[in-house]
Order: sequence, then C-alpha cells, then structure tokens
Amino acid sequence: MKHYEVEILDAKTREKLCFLDKVEPQATIAEIKNLFTKTHPQWYPARQSLRLDPKGRSLKDEDVLQKLPVGTTATLYFRDLGAQISWVTVFLTEYAGPLFIYLLFYFRVPFIYGHKYDFTSSRHSVVHLACICHSFHYVKRLLETLFVHRFSHGTMPLRNIFKNCTYYWGFAAWMAYYINHPLYTPPTYGAQQVKLALAIFVICQLGNFSIHMALRDLRPAGSKTRKIPYPTKNPFTWLFLLVSCPNYTYEVGSWIGFAIMTQCLPVALFSLVGFTQMTIWAKGKHRSYLKEFRDYPPLRMPIVPFLL
Amino acid sequence: MGRWTEAATAARSAGPPATPLPLSATSLGCGATMASSEEDGTNGGASEASEEKEATGRRRRLGFLATAWLTFYNIAMTAGWLVLAIAMVRFYMEKGTHRGLYKSIQKTLKFFQTFALLEIVHCLIGIVPTSVLVTGVQVSSRIFMVWLVTHSIKPVQNEESVVLFLVSWTVTEITRYSFYTFSLLDHLPYFIKWARYNFFIILYPVGVAGELLTIYAALPYVKKTGMFSIRLPNKYNVSFDYYYFLLITMASYIPLFPQLYFHMLRQRRKVLHGEVIIEKDD
Repeated sequence: MKHYEVEILDAKTREKLCFLDKVEPQATIAEIKNLFTKTHPQWYPARQSLRLDPKGRSLKDEDVLQKLPVGTTATLYFRDLGAQISWVTVFLTEYAGPLFIYLLFYFRVPFIYGHKYDFTSSRHSVVHLACICHSFHYVKRLLETLFVHRFSHGTMPLRNIFKNCTYYWGFAAWMAYYINHPLYTPPTYGAQQVKLALAIFVICQLGNFSIHMALRDLRPAGSKTRKIPYPTKNPFTWLFLLVSCPNYTYEVGSWIGFAIMTQCLPVALFSLVGFTQMTIWAKGKHRSYLKEFRDYPPLRMPIVPFLL
Repeated sequence: MGRWTEAATAARSAGPPATPLPLSATSLGCGATMASSEEDGTNGGASEASEEKEATGRRRRLGFLATAWLTFYNIAMTAGWLVLAIAMVRFYMEKGTHRGLYKSIQKTLKFFQTFALLEIVHCLIGIVPTSVLVTGVQVSSRIFMVWLVTHSIKPVQNEESVVLFLVSWTVTEITRYSFYTFSLLDHLPYFIKWARYNFFIILYPVGVAGELLTIYAALPYVKKTGMFSIRLPNKYNVSFDYYYFLLITMASYIPLFPQLYFHMLRQRRKVLHGEVIIEKDD
C-alpha cells in the first residue's frame, strides 16, 4: 500500500507548518487534523480549516485523502478559525440565561423596581401565565438541545457566545422588565385576547417541537446526512408542504402569540428581530436544499407560506 | 470588527489607485458617521467597507444614466456644502460671533444633510458598491445629530461645539464629494486625494468632539423637559427615556471611534504610501 505524504502550509504566509509522512491513503481529514494537533497542540482540530487551495473551501472531516485531487504528496493549506466553542455549550448558555433572568423580574427581586415592590406579586393573571409560557419555552429549548437536536457542526467561533448571549439575555431582561412591572397594563381585550394568544402560543410550541422531532428522525445518530424533510402523520408537520423551515415559522408564531398575550411592544420588537434573522437563515437553508436536491418540491417557500 | 478587516482585505485585493477609500474624516454622530467614508471613487458618497463586493477596485460598469446621475449628485452636494461653508464664513465675518450662526444656516444644512439619505438608495440599487448597512448607519448618525439634537433641542444651537462639528462636516463633505465628482469624471487631482486622506486626521477627532460636547450640553434640557420620552403606565407596556438614550449614544463613541480612526489611518498608509498591510485573521 502506497503511503501518502502530507505537508501543511499556512494559507496566508505559505510557511511550512507540518510535514506528515506515511499517511494512509484512506486517512480522513479528521485524522490528519489530529496528527497536525500533535505538532501544534494550540490548534485543536475544531479550530483547523484545511483546504486544497489557500482561498478555497474548507475540506470536510469525512473527506478521504485518496479521493482528493492530490498527488501522493498532498499540500494542504491551514487557516486558524480561532477559538471554538461547542454548539451545545452555546445553546445551553444562551437559553439558560433568559429562563433565569425572566424569573428575577417575575419575583421582583430587589433593586429592579422600587423597594416597596420587592418580592411582591402581580395582581394580573396574565402576568403569571406569561411567566409560565416564557419559562416553558426556554425549558423546552434546553431539553431539545440536550436530547433532540443533531448538530451538523460541533463548534462555532468563541465570540459567538458573547454575541448570542447579549441578544437573548438582553431581550429577555427588557421584555421581563415591562411584563412584570408594577405599572403593567393588561391586554386591551382582556381574557378573550389572552385566550386567543395562548392558543396560538401552544399550537406553535407543539408545532415547533414536532418539526424538531421530524428533523431529528431524518438523520441517524452520529451522522451528518442531509435529506429533504417531508410531512409525517403528525398534522403539525404538514407545514412542510408549504415551507422549508416550518420550525422557524412556528417559532415566530409562538412569539407573536406571546406578544398578543402580553400586549408588550418590546415583545413585538423581539419577534420582529427574530423573524428577520430566521428569514435570513430560512432563505439560506432553502437555497441549499434547492442546490442539493434536483427534485425539491417547488411549492415550498422558505419561511412564510406563499410569501417569503 | 470583522467588517473593517474585510474592507481592508477587499482593499488589498483591489490594488492601487481606485482602491477602496478610507473613511473620510467626518465626524461621528451616534457612533457612526465616523465613516462618512468612501468606496471606490465611483460614487455618491457612501462608506467604504464594500465587504460584499469582493472585487473592489474593479470599476463597475455603470450605465450612462447611473453615471450621469451620480455625477450630478456629487456636484450638487459639493456645491451645497460649499454654499454652507461660505455662509458660515460670511456670518462670522459680519457678526463676529458664533451666536445665531446655526440659525442662519440651518435650512441649508438640513436640506443637504437630509438629501444624503439618497446615498442609502444608491447602495440599495447597486450603483454604489458599498454596504447599505454601513452607509445607513453613517447617514443616520448625521440625521440624528441634525434633527434630533440641534433642531429639536433649541438651547444648544448657540453652543460653540456646534460650530466645531459644522466646520468639520463642511470641510469633510466638500473634500469627499469633490473627490467622488472628479473620480467619476476620471480626472482626480492629486491634491484632492491628498486632502481626502489627510484632513480626517484632524477633522475626525474635532468633529467627534463637537458632536459629543453638543450632546452633553443638551442633557440638562432633555432631562428637565422629558422630551421624546414615553413613561409607564401605557397601553403597550413600553418606556423610552431620551436622556438615557443620549448617554448611551455618547458612550458608544468610545468603542467605535478608535476603531474607525485607526482603520482610516491604515487605509491612508495603503493608498498614499502603497504600504502592504497584512490583516490579522478574524
């Protein structure tokens, strides 16, 4: 069996960083990354980007050396992706924050509202309901992160955790401040409005969860395969007929429900910002699906049926 | 900020002269006019960071109509700010004081500064290869300063700091718009390029100082009157305190100003002195 030689150069300076000889032809990029880490321990595999061309795309971990367009001496270019953090860690941190922060406001912990309100409770039932909904939402997200989601990537850049936490925690505090404020004004149309909003919220939470489960079942554990998602027996998944990312559709729906329930402008703004971001993601995902699958259902839109 | 690094990277790949321009020395405003910068000389003023168009420096083939419009736009803006400059000088020569200066030029200032909103549209429709976001932020900060501070908070109109940023903006804009005009006409005198890449060194901090001092001077009035603010309780369960908003705006200059200033310095070294700068990976 012929062995390969692999030299790794810095993509920017072209400096020779590492030379590996006697590499198996069936070695994967992942294995090469591990070998590279041995000589440069500060660059753990997750922060390595190896490519055939300094300006080209990153090679995937699963790529096999033999199948790459290289001779028996392969030259790979290395780019440092910067400190990395696992997706799971980021999700858990960014979701635990709002859960905890909202409760601080709900229980009117000292130094938030005036002293005379410390540890008092709102007299509006909708405020208690809102706390339950908000908390349920984030507990659901935490559980899904731990038990449901199957991530394509293991890690993301470290700076993302600061950006994401600022966003989630900041908005949570901002919303919670008003909803739990002693001067909170309940919805104009009273119980009717709250009931309708609650219905929307619950349906969308169930919908969102159904989609997450459906997506999970598309992909076997430990794999990174991608398939077209289709509706299942669960009626909530029938939204797949009309959109590529019904999980985002349901998510926006949940927050719209929450906004109607609390009649709180910051909640509406949070929904809007979230919708904008999710639309960008949905469009990207939709484009990827179209590129990857020739037979992708033409009726589907990225996030809003028929419209967006 | 990744954005700026990318801009610089784009600048590098573009190669000399028509390269992405550095931020012109405009003043800040709400943390971002900072970059009343440039892009690659073809346009009616917008910021540099053409991060989306990697091939910066490659002169986009603009249609005749677009070129004609942009040329007209830039000439008009150059003229407008020149008129402002002359009006300001005349006022000071006649009256010998800055008191009443703002009032005398405010209509012209508001007209031309507001007209600059078009630059966002230029980016949106693609006749200017600059990021809509960056341009939007820059122009917005100017609009903020003009309409939400000096126009709305009358007591600050006679502050010296107002003259400070007005002078800075005026000189900067005249330089910037004439730079674009000449670039569009393909006849760029070196001294305009020189001015554009050197004036900012002084004008930028001066403008920032003027803006910050003006906002600072406005604070007591804002606090006393509670203007532009919404209090609880109300139907939509929201509140807004313009006083704190202004404080936060002032604070935002601290992280933003140095970044933009140093970026401009780097751009200057590149364009005027042909330095090759290797950017740190983001």
